[in-house]
Amino acid sequence: MTVEKMGSVPLYRSGDRVRVRKAAPLGHVRTPFYIRGHAGVVERYCGAFPNPEELAQQRDGLPAQPLYRVRFRQKDVWPGYRGGAADVIEIEIFQHWIEA
Amino acid sequence: MIERSHHDMGGLPAGKVKRTEHAYDDWELRVDAMMMLLVGVVGGSKRMTVDELRKNIESLPPADYDKMGYYDRWVISLTQTMIQRGVITTDELARKLAQVEKRGQTPFSRRQQTRGG
Repeated sequence: MTVEKMGSVPLYRSGDRVRVRKAAPLGHVRTPFYIRGHAGVVERYCGAFPNPEELAQQRDGLPAQPLYRVRFRQKDVWPGYRGGAADVIEIEIFQHWIEA
Repeated sequence: MIERSHHDMGGLPAGKVKRTEHAYDDWELRVDAMMMLLVGVVGGSKRMTVDELRKNIESLPPADYDKMGYYDRWVISLTQTMIQRGVITTDELARKLAQVEKRGQTPFSRRQQTRGG
């Protein structure tokens, strides 16, 4: 059985508008601080992978967590952003860090 | 509550990025090779995950984190992980370090000291 089949069900699809949870837990986290609390759009579903937060603590990270590439507008992320209005940043974020 | 971990510095003012490449010292190549073996990218026995490497790097005291180079962080972190995993003990590590120190200068350590930056 593949890792993906054992995993949590993907809840979001390309084009869905989502928000990154604003949380500050302890442990190892793959969601950068600067993007927490920001809203973006799911660009693609990347598959499901063992949860790195669990792998970092010597556990198996299963069930695998769905991972998404989420697209944010740079001007939404950085106050006073001076680049183009259409500039985006894409970050891969695990499902448990996302809310609708 | 720790709002933002020290290593998680994306977006903070940091000055210019140095875009130059540099050659790696022998010890850095060895640390890289050791890591490939420990995570099982090469060889048959997986002893840790890259996520544990990252966790232990992120747990370094901020002042040390800033002082250290890339592979300094790796070697400290993978050693810490081997202790956590029970592959080596703290006592064994202390004794080995003392032994190595007693060995004194080698061509290997001399080269390391001439490295700038």
